[in-house]
Amino acid sequence: MAQPLIEVKNLTKTFDGHPVLDGVDFTLHEGEVLSIIGKSGVGKSVLLKHVIGLLTPDEGRVLFRGRPIDGLTARQKKAYLGKISYMFQNNALFNSLTVQENVAMPLRYNPSVEREHIPDRVMDHLDQMELRDAARKYPAELSGGMQKRVALARALVTQPDIVLFDEPTTGQDPIRKNAILSMIAAHQQKSHFSAILISHDLPDVFFISNTVLALYEGRVIFDGSPEEFDQFDHPFRSEFVQSLELLQQELNGLYSRRQFKIRYQTDLFHNPQNVAYTVAVFMLEDRQRMTEALGHPATQELIAAMGTFINKHFSDVGGFSTRYSAAAFVTVLPFAEMDEARRLIEAFVDDLTTSGVARLARVRPADGTCAAPVEIAISAGLAQGKAQIALGEVIASARENQATIARFNVACREKKE
Amino acid sequence: MSSTPAQNEAKAFRIIGIVPRFFRSIGAYGVRWVDNFGAATIFFLMSLAKIFQRHQLANIFQQIYFIGARTMGIIVLVAAFTGMVMGLQLHYTLSKFGSEAALGSAIGLSLVRELGPVLTAIMITARAGSAMTAEIGIQRITEQIDALYTMQIDPLAYIVSPRVAAALLSFPLLTALFDVVGIAGGYLSGVMLTGADAGAYYERLYDSVAWIDVLGGFIKAFVFSAIVVTDCCFHGFYTHLQPEGHGARGVSLATTRAVVQSCVLILVADYLMTSFLL
Repeated sequence: MAQPLIEVKNLTKTFDGHPVLDGVDFTLHEGEVLSIIGKSGVGKSVLLKHVIGLLTPDEGRVLFRGRPIDGLTARQKKAYLGKISYMFQNNALFNSLTVQENVAMPLRYNPSVEREHIPDRVMDHLDQMELRDAARKYPAELSGGMQKRVALARALVTQPDIVLFDEPTTGQDPIRKNAILSMIAAHQQKSHFSAILISHDLPDVFFISNTVLALYEGRVIFDGSPEEFDQFDHPFRSEFVQSLELLQQELNGLYSRRQFKIRYQTDLFHNPQNVAYTVAVFMLEDRQRMTEALGHPATQELIAAMGTFINKHFSDVGGFSTRYSAAAFVTVLPFAEMDEARRLIEAFVDDLTTSGVARLARVRPADGTCAAPVEIAISAGLAQGKAQIALGEVIASARENQATIARFNVACREKKE
Repeated sequence: MSSTPAQNEAKAFRIIGIVPRFFRSIGAYGVRWVDNFGAATIFFLMSLAKIFQRHQLANIFQQIYFIGARTMGIIVLVAAFTGMVMGLQLHYTLSKFGSEAALGSAIGLSLVRELGPVLTAIMITARAGSAMTAEIGIQRITEQIDALYTMQIDPLAYIVSPRVAAALLSFPLLTALFDVVGIAGGYLSGVMLTGADAGAYYERLYDSVAWIDVLGGFIKAFVFSAIVVTDCCFHGFYTHLQPEGHGARGVSLATTRAVVQSCVLILVADYLMTSFLL
């Protein structure tokens, strides 16, 4: 197996006799996104600060490519810090500098970056974060969400190999939270950085994570994939998970994935009568193109509106739904055979084209302009499920049967260059 | 109810115990002071060495504007009134001995050797020193200093060195301004308002104030600048380490401590330097 990029071994930290971290172990591999979850005060930020060397452990070590960071020479330490960037929980923006100057800061003091390239790189990142108009403003003149995006732009402008995000979505509304996570995911897919991300936003954060690390009272109680986390059990699970994961998703009022699975398990999977059910998967097609044209917040608004519409329509006929991935929803229609399910989907398409599309088409960027004309396509796929068949298999079959069910245009003026 | 012998003994021990506790706390305070003094000296020397790094010039000019240019107004005001009060008081005192002609000497020497550097340093501490501590303290508690570290920007070089350079340049220049305005203020009240001889005022001033006096004043200003900028920046930079308070309260405590300590240190250093320079 490849050598881990970062390895934390038996890390222990005590403040004023109070243990904060107690023998924490984890590894981060190249290109991986690791999410650290846990209640407030369990030492998540302290753990992240050890990784970058802002704090030194009482016991244990942090290894970078197998070498302890406390044993690196000055040159090696410089090289390590050059590969890593940190987005602080409270943004840590310089109030006396403009947005543009804040983002340029890590480049200006980097001798390997040519000065004439700095303005272009900065403006590129501000464009990606939809902050061009705020370039000459000071952080105090911006909303909390915009400040978060400035901090995100500053963390990414150096094109780091590793990014540490300390609660990048705290204090944001559900649309903004998902927009920021979507921005992080888009950058990660483009530049393939590895990331450690602290977040309370379950399950949204799972859509962009490869690994989840759960901390409880300074110890790691779970280290595995988001899918494994759904099965995760712990004596304090209810206290731990319910405090983090709401029963319904904030973004669209759908069941959380956990609640969805619980209902599926109780109603259908263990059903002794072996009743049939149908799974429908709905997707917003070509999300990347949509995001490029509409921007991250409007795309998230569209996803939220679609989720709300699906939930409202199918809960009236006894179905239950959840957000399955970044732009996909799964609805289970209990006791419905395929024929009946097809009729329900046809009724849904009618409802969507008569009232839903009009509602979805109203979503647009805040300034009413788009980078390009935007056509939105929604696809759906159906598959029959039975008790004792894993839900994942049924969903996979439904995805194979995807076909476009609706197309509409978002009415926005084209951006003038 | 009378106390038992054991209770009396315990009470006696408690009372006697106050004495070693008192000396222990003085000792601990002394050790902490020496410790901080050493740390602050290293802090100053490291900041001094980092003045000559890349990208410093713009920051230094910005700080000269803040510490130097923007303090000029208050310096002119304080210097004018100090000179005017001295003109009145010294004219009154000297006239009792028939020595009004010595007014120029008295005002010139007092201002150039003593009051100019001391009052300038105290005024800069009040206006710019307190702001330095508060600003750096806020940068510390909002993790801006940690952010610099993560961006591979040396926080000492970026935050402290420009302030050290600006203070070392601004203090002597502001002291010179204080001296000139103070002497003019003394002329205004001593000569124009109370009637001392104008020719004698300038003549005696010119005769008695030597270049060595001016140089002494500048040396003091230079030393005071090092004291004030080190003390104020040090307290701001290590706001998070002080045990009494964190967050906004920590910044307010650090600012108060920096201003009070700087003023006391200015006066102590002034006494020590005067005793050597005389």
